[in-house]
Amino acid sequence: MMFWLFVSVFVAAVVCVGLGRNRALAVVNGEFSRLHSLPSYHGGWLAMTCAGPALALLVLWSLLAPRVERALVFDWYADRLSGLGPAQLEGLWRDIRAGGGARGLHDALLADAVRSYADLHAAGMAVLAVLLAVVAVLGFLYGWRRIAPAFRARHRVEGAVKVFLVACAGFAILITIGIVFSLIAESLRFFTYVSPIDFLFGLSWTPQQMAFRADQVGGEAAFGFVPLIVGTLLITAIAIAVAAPIGLLSAIYLSDYASKPVRAIGKPVLEVLAGIPTVVYGFFAALTVAPAIRDAGMSLTLDVSSESALAAGVVMGIMIVPFVSSLSDDVINAVPQSLRDGSLAMGATKSETIRKVVLPAALPGIVSSLILAISRAIGETMIVVMAAGLAANLTLNPLEAVTTVTVQIGTLLTGDQEFDSPKTLSAFALGLALFVITLTLNLIALRVVKRYREQYE
Amino acid sequence: MTTMPTVETVTSGTAQPQLERPAKVVARGVNVYYGDKQALKDVSLDIDARSVTSFIGPSGCGKSTFLRCINRMNDTIASCRVSGRIEIDSQDIYDPALDVVQLRARVGMVFQKPNPFPKSIFENVAYGPRIHGLARTKAELEEAVISSLQKAGLFEEVKDRLDEPGTGLSGGQQQRLCIARAIAVAPEVILMDEPCSALDPIATAKVEELIDELRENYTIIIVTHSMQQAARVSQRTAFFHLGVLVEDGLTDSIFTNPKDRRTLDYITGRFG
Ligand SMILES: Nc1ncnc2c1ncn2[C@@H]1O[C@H](COP(=O)(O)OP(=O)(O)O)[C@@H](O)[C@H]1O
Ligand SMILES: [Mg+2]
Repeated sequence: MMFWLFVSVFVAAVVCVGLGRNRALAVVNGEFSRLHSLPSYHGGWLAMTCAGPALALLVLWSLLAPRVERALVFDWYADRLSGLGPAQLEGLWRDIRAGGGARGLHDALLADAVRSYADLHAAGMAVLAVLLAVVAVLGFLYGWRRIAPAFRARHRVEGAVKVFLVACAGFAILITIGIVFSLIAESLRFFTYVSPIDFLFGLSWTPQQMAFRADQVGGEAAFGFVPLIVGTLLITAIAIAVAAPIGLLSAIYLSDYASKPVRAIGKPVLEVLAGIPTVVYGFFAALTVAPAIRDAGMSLTLDVSSESALAAGVVMGIMIVPFVSSLSDDVINAVPQSLRDGSLAMGATKSETIRKVVLPAALPGIVSSLILAISRAIGETMIVVMAAGLAANLTLNPLEAVTTVTVQIGTLLTGDQEFDSPKTLSAFALGLALFVITLTLNLIALRVVKRYREQYE
Repeated sequence: MTTMPTVETVTSGTAQPQLERPAKVVARGVNVYYGDKQALKDVSLDIDARSVTSFIGPSGCGKSTFLRCINRMNDTIASCRVSGRIEIDSQDIYDPALDVVQLRARVGMVFQKPNPFPKSIFENVAYGPRIHGLARTKAELEEAVISSLQKAGLFEEVKDRLDEPGTGLSGGQQQRLCIARAIAVAPEVILMDEPCSALDPIATAKVEELIDELRENYTIIIVTHSMQQAARVSQRTAFFHLGVLVEDGLTDSIFTNPKDRRTLDYITGRFG
C-alpha cells in the first residue's frame, strides 16, 4: 500500500512536469521569449509544489505511523499485557504485524490484537490517501496559479535542487556521525568493565576465557590491545613490503615504458585484481601460499606454523597492489610531460629522468597512495582469518600465527553472545581504535595529496 | 671546441659577406614524418656559429619539428621518423654510433613554457653537471651553478634563496633559470622554442637581452612567432611554410627584401 502511494506521488510529479510546461507555453500563447524561465522549469515548479509536500507527508507518515500504531494497540490491551518484558513485547508486536506469526491465531489475545491492528492500519491508510490527495491538489492549484510569464520558476527549481542536495549530504553525514557516536558510546560501556589503560597497554588478549552467558563458568579473561595491533601492523608491514615495490614498479612501467596498446590492456587488468573478492584471496592464501611457505620453511629447517603472518601478509600485499599501482600511475602520469622533456633534453636517460625528476615530483602522490593502501590493509579481515589464524600471539616473527584487530572483532561478534558482556563490548572498543588509526592515516593521505595538487595547479 | 673570437666576428643586423660563413649546424635534405604525415619536406639549411638564427612561420609549419631534429628530441616521439642528414661541426648527429646523451650535452634546449624541475634553484642548475659528471667536487659544482646563473643574468636575483624551489620564481625568472640549467653543461648550441611566448613584455625584454649576450659564446637557434622579436635578436632568419623551408638569409634582408612571395605575404601579415 505504502509502495503504491509512493508510486502515485511519483506519477503525479511526472504528469505535472508536462502540465506545467504546457501551461507556461499557454500563458504566453507559445511566444517563448516572453517567459522569464524555460517552460521545463515551470514543469519542474509544478511537480515540486504538487509532489513535494505530498512526499514529505508520506515520509513523515511512514516514520511515525508504526510507532503510533504500536502505542495505540498496546494501550488498548494494556491490562492483558502487563507483566511482559520489553523483549517479549517486541516479539509480540512483530507477530501482530505479521498477522499471527509463529504462534498462530490460537492465542486469544494475539487474535484480538491482530484484528485491531489490521483495522487501525487500514483506517490509517485511508486517512493517509485522502490527506495525500488533498495536499497534492492544493499544491497543484497553488503552483498552477503562480505560472505566469514573469514568474521566476528557474530560481525556485534551483533552490529546491539545492535543498534536496543538502538533504542528501546531510543524511550521509548524519549516518556517519551516528555510527561514530554509537561506537564511542559502546566503547565507553566497555571501559566501565575494563580500564582503558588495561585495554590499550595490556599484553594479553584472551576474551574467550570469559563466560559466554551467565550459565557458563568463566576463566581469567584479558583484554589487552597490544598483541592485536602488533599482529595487524606486522601483517600490514609485510603487505606493504610486497605491494610497494610491485605496485610502484608496475606503475612506472605502465606510465613511462609501456606502449599505448600494452598500457590500454595492462592497466585494466591490474585493476581487476582489486575486484577479486577478498575471500577468494583468503583461500588462495590458506590453501596455496601458507602451505608453500611452510614447505619452504621446512626445507630450510625453519619452524613455520601452518598459519603464518607471512602468508597472510604476502597475499594481502598482492591484494593491495592495484591500489598502489593504479593511484601511483595516475600521479606519475600527472607529472607534466614538459618536465620529462626538460630532463631528456639535458641528456638524461629515461631511467635517470624517472628517478631524478618524475618520482621526486610524484612522491607526495605516491606516498598518499601507499597510505591509502595501508589503511585498506589494516581493515582487511578475510585473508587473515584464513591464513594467519586466531591466536593472539605477541610476536614479531612472521613465521608464527598472529591475529589482527578486525579478525578479533569478527570472532567476538559471531555466534552466541550477550550484548552487555565485556566480551561483546570489547569489539566496539577495538572498532573505535581501528577507526581512529585508519582515520588518522586517511587524513595524512589527504593532506599529502592536497599539497601535491598545489604544486601543479 | 673552436677558439674564442678575439674580435666580434658577427655583428647584429648589419650586412655581412655571405662567403665563409662558419656554419655550425648543417642540414641537408631533412624529411620528418609523424606516422604517415610528412611534417618537414627536404629542408636544407646552414646555421652560423656564435650567432642567433630565428625560425619564423605560421604555426604548424614545422619550426619546432626542425628544432627538435637538432638535439634528436624527436627520438622521444614514437611515431616520428627523420631522414636526411644533419651535421654539427661536420659530425653526423644521426650516426648510429653517436650517443644522444652526449649530443644533448652539446645541444641544449629551452622550452616554450618554463619547465623548472620541482627542486631547489641550485638543484635545477646542478642537474646537468650531475648527470654528466662534470663536477668532481662540491666546490666545483657550486662554481658551475653560480657561473651559469651569472651567465643567465639571474644570480643577483636569487643568490639568497638558492635552496628555495625553482617553481616559486616568476615566469621570466623561471625561463632564465631554464636557460641557466641549459648552459650549465657548457653546450655549443642552444635551441629555444618560443622561449618568450609565456612571458610578459618586461620579462621578454630581459630574455632577449640575455640571448644577445649569449650569442658571444653559443650558437643560438630560436623559434618565434613574433617577427619583431626575430628582427631584434637574430642575425639570420629562416622562414618555414607548410613543412617547407621557403627562404633563409640575413634577418635584415628577409624583412626588407624577401625573395619569395610567401615570405612577403607572411611578414606583411597576409596570413599566419
Ligand atoms: N608529436 C606529434 N605527433 C604528430 N604530429 C605532430 C607532432 N608534433 C607536431 N606534429 C605535426 O607536425 C606539424 C608541424 O608541427 P610543429 O613542428 O609543432 O609546428 P610549429 O612549431 O611550426 O608550430 C604540425 O602539422 C603538427 O600537427
Ligand atoms: Mg612550435
